[in-house]
Amino acid sequence: MLVNRKLILAHFWLAFAVFGVALTLGAWQMFIRSPIGTWLSNPELYYRSLTAHGTVMGYVFPTLVAMGFGYAISESALEQRLVGVRWAWTGFWLIVIGSVMAVIPIALGRASVLYTFYPPLIGNVFYYLGVVLVVVGSWIWVALMSINLRVWRKAHPGAPVPLAMYANVAGSYLWAWTAVGAALELLLQIIPVAAGLKNTIDAGLARIFFSWTLHAIVYFWLMPTYIAYYTIVPRAIGGRVYSDSMARISFILFLVVAMPIGMHHTFADPQVGAGFKFIHSAFTALVALPTLLTVFTICASVEIAARLRGGRGMFGWIRALPWDNPMMLALAFSFVMLGFGGAGGLINMSYQLDASIHNTQWITGHFHLIFGGAIVIMYFAIAYDLWPHLTGRELIDIRLIRTQLWLWFVGMIVTTFPWHWVGILGMPRRMAYFDFGDPAIAPQALSVTFSAIGGFILLTSGIMFIVILARGMRTPKVDAGPYRFAIAVHQSATVPVALNTHALWVALMIVLTITNYGYPILNLALGAGTSVPAVYVGAQ
Amino acid sequence: MSTRDLFTFSNRHFTIGVGVIAGILVVTGIAGFIVLPFAQPWVQFANVWDAICSAAGVPQRAANVTAPEQAKRLSEVVLTSRTLSRPSQEAIGRGATLAQRCAICHGPTGISRADSPNLAGQYAAVIYKELHDFRSGARTNAVMSPFAVNLTDEEIADLSNYYAYLPRLPAYHPTPQLPKPNIVIYGAPMRGIAPCGACHGSLDNKTGSPWLEGQSEAYLKVQLQAFAAGDRRNDISQQMRNIARAMTPQEIEAAAAYYASQPPDVVKAVD
Repeated sequence: MLVNRKLILAHFWLAFAVFGVALTLGAWQMFIRSPIGTWLSNPELYYRSLTAHGTVMGYVFPTLVAMGFGYAISESALEQRLVGVRWAWTGFWLIVIGSVMAVIPIALGRASVLYTFYPPLIGNVFYYLGVVLVVVGSWIWVALMSINLRVWRKAHPGAPVPLAMYANVAGSYLWAWTAVGAALELLLQIIPVAAGLKNTIDAGLARIFFSWTLHAIVYFWLMPTYIAYYTIVPRAIGGRVYSDSMARISFILFLVVAMPIGMHHTFADPQVGAGFKFIHSAFTALVALPTLLTVFTICASVEIAARLRGGRGMFGWIRALPWDNPMMLALAFSFVMLGFGGAGGLINMSYQLDASIHNTQWITGHFHLIFGGAIVIMYFAIAYDLWPHLTGRELIDIRLIRTQLWLWFVGMIVTTFPWHWVGILGMPRRMAYFDFGDPAIAPQALSVTFSAIGGFILLTSGIMFIVILARGMRTPKVDAGPYRFAIAVHQSATVPVALNTHALWVALMIVLTITNYGYPILNLALGAGTSVPAVYVGAQ
Repeated sequence: MSTRDLFTFSNRHFTIGVGVIAGILVVTGIAGFIVLPFAQPWVQFANVWDAICSAAGVPQRAANVTAPEQAKRLSEVVLTSRTLSRPSQEAIGRGATLAQRCAICHGPTGISRADSPNLAGQYAAVIYKELHDFRSGARTNAVMSPFAVNLTDEEIADLSNYYAYLPRLPAYHPTPQLPKPNIVIYGAPMRGIAPCGACHGSLDNKTGSPWLEGQSEAYLKVQLQAFAAGDRRNDISQQMRNIARAMTPQEIEAAAAYYASQPPDVVKAVD
C-alpha cells in the first residue's frame, strides 16, 4: 500500500541526481590523478571536488535512499498510511536546504576540508551548518519510523513486526545514535571555531568523535542493502527467506556491535590508548558475524528458489537460478564485492596488518568496493524493484538494466582492485597528483591507469541508471499491484519479545558505546593542553 | 509483551545477549589492558595498574629532566584570528608615520629599489611575524635588526596593518613574465617538496606565508640559500629549511626568477 509515492520518489530522485553529480566528480578525480591526465596545476581544485564527492556520497545520497526506502517499507510492510507526512516533507526540505548550504562554500573553495572534516583544518561555517541540517532532516525520519511502528503495534498488539520494518527501524536507530558522534564534534568543537568564537581545537578528541560516527555510518548505508537481500531478493526470484529469526538476529547484531568499533580508524592516532584500540579491534571482528549469517541465510534462500525451479545436485541448482533477472544479478555481484571487500576489511581491522596499508590507496579501494560496490548496486536493485510501484509504469529496458548492473560490477572491480594493489605498494591516499615519471612510482602507473578507466566505466553505468529510471517515468501506465516483501519458509505467528522489539539491543548499543568510548573521550575532554590552533581554509 | 518481560534474567534472550556481550567485554578488556601490555618485553611496567593506565592512554608524566637550552632563538610569534583583525584608520595612520624610517630600503610606497622585499600589500601576518622575529633575534640581519629591536607590540601591529593596506604596485623588475617552472606548480613530490605555489601564490596562499610575486630575485635566492644552509631559522617547524635543503641550485634559481618576473597584481585576492 504505497500512498505517499511523491514523497518517496522525491527522496529517490534527489538521491540519484546528487549521486550523478558526485559520480562525475569522482571520475574526474580518478582521471586527473592518473598518468593519462596532465598534472593538475591547482591541487585546491582537487580537494574541492573531493570534498563535494565525499559529502554527497557519504551524507546526502545514502541517507536519502535509506529515508525513501524506509517510508516505502513503512507503508507497504505495515500496510498503513505514513503517519506524519508533513514532518517527512520537512525532513526532505531540510536536507535540500542543508545540501545547498554545504555545497556553496565547497564550490567557492572555502570548505575544502574533505567530508571527514579533518580538524584543525576549519572551513566556512555554512558548510558545517549544512551538514548539520542534513543530519537533522534524517533524524526526523528516524522519529517517524519509530512513531509509525508504534502506531502499528497499538493496532496489532502482540503481532510480529514484519521483518522489513523491524530491520528498517533497527537501521534508523543505528543512524540516530551513530550520528551523535559527528554532531558532538560539529556542535561542540568545529562550529564554535568556524564561527570565530574560539581559535583552538582539540583535533584528537574531534577524531575520536568522528570515529564514533564513521564506522557505524557504513552499517547505516548497508541497512537498505541487507533489507533488500532478505526481503526483496527471495521474493523477486521466486524463493523464500530461509529463516526469519536469523534475519532478525543479523540486524540486531548490527545494532549492537556496529557502534563500539570505530577506533579501528584511529589505530595510528597517538591520543588513543592501545588497550582501547585492541577492544575496538576485537569488536570489529564480531561485526563479520552478522554478515556471515546473512551470506549463509541468503545463499540458503536462493537455493530454495533454485530447487523450486527444478535445480538438482550439490551445485547443479546454481544453474537453475533466474540469471536473467536483474535482482539475481545484482545479488550475485553484490555478494562477490562484499566477499572481497569484507576480506580486505578484516585486514584493516587487524591492528598489525593495518599498519602496512594505513592511509594508503588500499583504504580508498576498500570502502569504494564495499560501499560503492556491494551496497550501491543493491540501491540500484531497490530502485528498479520499487520503480513500477512508485510511478505506476513498467520498466521495460530489462536488457539495459542488466547491462547497467554488469557495467557497474566490472567498473567497480576494475577501479578498486588496482587501487588496493597500489595501496600495498605504498601509494598514499588524498593526493592531488603523483609524479609517475619518477622511477620509484613509475611501475604503479599502469595500475592507476586501469583504475581511472574503471572510473569511466562506472560513470557510464551511473548515467545509464539515471536514463533507465527517467525513461521509466514515460512508459505506459500499468498496475504493478501492491508492493510485497519475501516471506519466510516457516512464517511463525509469534516472535519472541526480544526479536520483536529493539529496546534491549538499543540499550546494549548505548552501554557498549559508554564502555568503549567513555574513558577516551573524557580523558581528552578533561585533560589540559590538548588543543591546537585552528588552520582556516583560505585564510591569510 | 512489555519491557518488564524483556529486561529480566528469566528472559533467555536478555540473559544470553547481556551475558555474551559482558563476557566479550571482560575477556577483551583483560587481554587489551593486562595481557598484551605485559607481552611487550621492551616495555617495563611497575605493576598491573601501571600497565592498565598505559593501555588506557592516561597521559604519562614527563621525566624530570630539563630541556637543553636552544643555542639559537626560535620564533615565538603567536598569531590568533583576532591579532590583526579590523585595524582602525588611526592604527594604519600610525603605521604610516612609523614606516617613514623603513622607506630608505623598502621604498616610500612600499616598493623597494634596493633588492629588499616589497612590502606594499603584503599580508599583515607576514610582516607582523618577521618584525617580531627580528626583534626577538630569531631572525637576524645587520641592517634590519637594529630597526626592529626597539619596536613595541603595538608599533609592530600598526606597521603590519599599514603595509597590508597599501596597494600592490608593479615593482622595478621589468623582466618578461616567465612560464611556471615545475618546482613552483608541482614541487618535487619524491623529494618531499610541496609546490612553492601551494603556499606562496600562483596556486594558493596559506596563512603566514608571504606572497612572492614581483619580489627581488636576488633577495629570494639569498633567502632560499640561507634556509638551505641553516643560517636563517625562523621558519615554523623547519618548513622552509626542509624544503630549501632538498632543492637543487637550479630549482632555487628557477623559483626566484619566476616569482621576480610576476606582476604583484596577480596575487590571489582571497583576503
